[in-house]
Amino acid sequence: MIELRPIFSTLRRHKTTAWLLVLEIALTCAIVCNAVFLIGQRLQRMDLPSGVAEHELVQIQLGRIGKSTEAMAQSQTDLAALRLIPGVKQVAVINQLPFSDGGASNSGIRLSPQQQQDTLEATTYYGEGALSTLGVRLLEGRDFQHGEYADFGTIIADLHNGDLKNLPSTIIVTQALAQRLWPGQEALGQTIYVGKGLPFRVIGVVADLGRPNDLNQGPEYSTVWPIRMTVADGSSYVIRTAPQDRATVLQSAVAKLKQLDPNRVVLVKRTYDDARHEFFANDRAMAGILVGVIAALLTVTALGIVGLASFWVGQRRRTIGVRRALGATRGDILRYFQAENFLLASFGIAFGMVLAYGINLFLMVHYELPRLPGIYFPVGAAVLWVIGQLAVLGPAMRAANVPPVVATRSA
Amino acid sequence: MFGYYLDLALRSLARNKVLTTLMVVALALGIGATITTLAVLRLLSGDPLPQKSAQLFYPQMDPYPANQPFSRSGKMPWLLSYVDAMNLLRARRAQRQAAVALSQVKVMPQTADGNPFYADGVMTTADFFPMFDAPFQYGAGWSAGDDDARAQVAVIAGFLNDQLFGGADSVGHMIRIEGHDFRIVGVLRPWAPQPRFYALHLGGHSYGKGQGVFVPLQSARADGITPSAMMSYGPGSGMDHLETSPAIWLGVWLELPDAAAVSTYRRFLANYAQQQVALGRFQKSRTAMPALMEWLRGEHVVPDDARLQAGLAFGFLLICVVNTVGLLLAKCLRRSREIGVRRALGASRAAIFVQFMVEAAIVGMVGGVLGLVFAELGLWGIRHQPAQYAGLAHLDLSMFLFTFVVALAASLIAGLLPAWRACAVAPAPQLKAA
Repeated sequence: MIELRPIFSTLRRHKTTAWLLVLEIALTCAIVCNAVFLIGQRLQRMDLPSGVAEHELVQIQLGRIGKSTEAMAQSQTDLAALRLIPGVKQVAVINQLPFSDGGASNSGIRLSPQQQQDTLEATTYYGEGALSTLGVRLLEGRDFQHGEYADFGTIIADLHNGDLKNLPSTIIVTQALAQRLWPGQEALGQTIYVGKGLPFRVIGVVADLGRPNDLNQGPEYSTVWPIRMTVADGSSYVIRTAPQDRATVLQSAVAKLKQLDPNRVVLVKRTYDDARHEFFANDRAMAGILVGVIAALLTVTALGIVGLASFWVGQRRRTIGVRRALGATRGDILRYFQAENFLLASFGIAFGMVLAYGINLFLMVHYELPRLPGIYFPVGAAVLWVIGQLAVLGPAMRAANVPPVVATRSA
Repeated sequence: MFGYYLDLALRSLARNKVLTTLMVVALALGIGATITTLAVLRLLSGDPLPQKSAQLFYPQMDPYPANQPFSRSGKMPWLLSYVDAMNLLRARRAQRQAAVALSQVKVMPQTADGNPFYADGVMTTADFFPMFDAPFQYGAGWSAGDDDARAQVAVIAGFLNDQLFGGADSVGHMIRIEGHDFRIVGVLRPWAPQPRFYALHLGGHSYGKGQGVFVPLQSARADGITPSAMMSYGPGSGMDHLETSPAIWLGVWLELPDAAAVSTYRRFLANYAQQQVALGRFQKSRTAMPALMEWLRGEHVVPDDARLQAGLAFGFLLICVVNTVGLLLAKCLRRSREIGVRRALGASRAAIFVQFMVEAAIVGMVGGVLGLVFAELGLWGIRHQPAQYAGLAHLDLSMFLFTFVVALAASLIAGLLPAWRACAVAPAPQLKAA
């Protein structure tokens, strides 16, 4: 057992330097805890399930073409041609994809027609055959049947004219949305209301389907509607193929579309993996920067500990020599400096935790971050203890090597 | 005297090279990180039109139904409907006024082998160019008469002129946009205010190169060109009936030369909204009219990530300063005997204090130079980030000088405590111990 009393009495004589070290460790601890937490948040975001067959999808988006009446015919021609390309398993015209740049369509959702304000804002997926093409897993109920689909252009015109007879009346929701809207209840058969009380009955529940962006509104609050899209509405051709065929299928699909109408402009052609990679690029960069900052911070702090510990060892050479002459072993001296560092680190960590909590509160108010989970505190403490011990090891070994004869020499 | 302190300081620093290097590198890392993030933050939160921004205002009103507000937190709608925007424009109550919407437009080159491509376009009205001081290389903007006559005219950016006409004077040439011929009346010099204040919430980027094509709003709409962003507050709003549908899709900018004009316009805007309530078009009569910088700040145009990084860098610098204080202090305490001798030989406390501050300042200046290298490295890293503003990150002269201010301030603050402790050393015990 190491005696703490001599350590305290020594530190009392080096109050200022000891406090500076404690302060440095505290600041490092606070910033590192929060930075690691931020990295965790980014990784968690990057890891969200999209619910689609990510490695099997390619997307082609064309510039708008003509009026929507011609566009429907054009889209059907395109689809038929695309289906003939070798390697193409399924094709659909879909308005958006999960976690990808580009527009997003959303809709306010209400649980009763009398409700004054929307319960939440959910994203809305349109496109005939969207679920099976994307490979979204259906948990309950069924997918839409061919006859249930209505044309997007027709719906817009009907809504404009106030003619509500031919609107679709069914909807598919994600499990996350179902649990949010009807906790603990069966979602199938429930009705949601949109705008001025237009009713839609839930006929299916899917496992996961991420929204395109605006993830803080609930990353999985998605709905699928029986609405047929054309490329004129800003929708994309989404092709399902085998992972190894993606590049060739994408190339031949673009060539085919160009051949059908050379005047069209391809706005987007990419695999879903690329789209997702691009969408999270900022998060990846931020996480990288944070890792760099943590590494630099820990290095600076470790070097600071090395510097101060070396200074202390140099200053106490005489004392160490006397202790050795009086029978202290090398191990005793080594452990003395290790214990001293442990003590200082512990003080620093204790202050650092309070500071970390304070910084987290500030971030929660200004950057909409959640509360720092408790697990970060012991982990942060352990990391700093280890770094402190590693940093002090060199100077402590040098101290242990001070020969007892130093005691007899004059300083 | 100063020369002597410099000499003493250099000798002292050279005596313990490892410790000195440690201090300099730590300080340089902190300064590098701080300057990198501050340069980015300055770029992002800058004034896009410094000479004009105080006179530019952004009117807002609220056509949304009471039970379906624009936002749950009570924010004013970002944009105006066509009807309201045109009413403001036609009233001509400001010195200049323009409505703005963005659109991706298909441009067909006139050459035989040219492939069509998409360009970032702006649909706006005549006052846009003089109001925002957009500089012309050739020609000029169109007139209010062109707006009313739905004239097929266009202004193009310099980079598009280079691409399509090899940089020659293209005024009078035709350009085919979305299948319609427009006559070019003006070519802009490179012009890209950062942040792109007029594009906020219109579906474009807040930073970057700028738009390529500018066309009169009403002419573009007559040709069926649709805006990139549209928010509707009632059912039955498609892109086909934008002029009459319950949708907001236009930003309006006003130039008001003085405070009197501003307060007159605020009254006019409030009256207009009350009139609309009386007519039954609006349910709420609230209005707002932030000035340009106020509008940018209110909409948090600076990305959170950039502010977080700056905060992080400051924390880092703080730790580096604490680290330097500790190391300088350790060094100075080891030199108690030297200080004792100097004091005994007649050096005043002030002289000792200055000597140690000079030593700290040298650490700071070297740290600053190295920090500059780190900052350039950091900015090079930022330029390779995926953010919109990445390409713009650079160190200008004022940031360059500011680096040394930060370095000197940081090192002098760090040197304060050690220098104070050094000059407090009592000479007698030190001499006796020797």
